[in-house]
Amino acid sequence: MEVGLNHFLVVSTLLFSMGIYAIVTRKNAILVLMGIELILNSANINFIAFSRFGNFGLQGHLIALFVIVLAAAEAAIALAIVLNIYKTLSTVNIDEIDNLKD
Amino acid sequence: MFYLFAALTVISGFFVVTNRNIIYSGFFLLFTFFSVAGIYVLLGADFVAIVQLIVYVGGILILLLFGVMLTNKITNVEIKTGTINIYPATIGVGLLTGSLLAALINSSWLTVSTAAPEPTTKALGTMLIQEYALVFELLGIILLIALIGAASMARREK
Repeated sequence: MEVGLNHFLVVSTLLFSMGIYAIVTRKNAILVLMGIELILNSANINFIAFSRFGNFGLQGHLIALFVIVLAAAEAAIALAIVLNIYKTLSTVNIDEIDNLKD
Repeated sequence: MFYLFAALTVISGFFVVTNRNIIYSGFFLLFTFFSVAGIYVLLGADFVAIVQLIVYVGGILILLLFGVMLTNKITNVEIKTGTINIYPATIGVGLLTGSLLAALINSSWLTVSTAAPEPTTKALGTMLIQEYALVFELLGIILLIALIGAASMARREK
C-alpha cells in the first residue's frame, strides 16, 4: 500500500491528540509547554503534507517556517513567565497557582 | 521508511505525555522532533526539516530543559510531576481522536500526483524576499521583541 496523504494526516492527528492530552493532564507548566510544541509540530506536518499532495507550490513550506519562528518566540516568552512564576510562588504546578481565586 | 518515522513519532510522543520524570519527557521530545524532521524529508521539505532540527532540537528543546533545571530544586534528585483529571481527560481525548480520525478517513481528499521532490531552498529564499518580504520582516521584528521581552522579564531586579 502506497503511503499517501491519509497516512501523514493520521500521524499528525495522533500527535495533536497527545499534545492536548499533555496540556489537559500534566501539572507542571513546562510539560504543558511541551504539549504545545507537539501540537505545533502536528500542524506543521499537516501544512507540509497538503503542500506536497495538493497543488499549492511551496506556500505550505513557508507557513511551516513561520510557525517554527513563532514557536521559538512563544517558547522564550513562556519560559520567562514560568521562571517569574517560580521566583514569586516557588512552584510551577498549575493547579496550585490559584491566587486570583481569593 | 515512513512507518519507521511514524512509529517513532507516535511512540516517543506517547512517552513524552505519560512519563512521570520531566527530564525523560524532554529526551523523548528529542526523538519526537527528530522523527518529525524525518517525516518532513519524506514529504520533500528538505529546508523545513533542517530548520526543524536547528530551531527545535538546538533551541527550543535546550530552552525547555533549562526551564526544567531552573524550576526544580537541586536537592530534589527525582524530578517527578503529577497528573490531574486523568480519567475524564483520557475519555475526552479518546473521543476527540476517534472523531478526528473518522472524519479524515471518511473524507475524500482531492490529491494531485506531483513530481518527485526537488531542492526547495532556492525557491523558498526567493519567495521570502519577494512576495512574502513583509511577513519576513514582521517575523524578524516579532522575534526581536519576544527575545528582548523574555530577557527583561526573566532578569527583572527587585
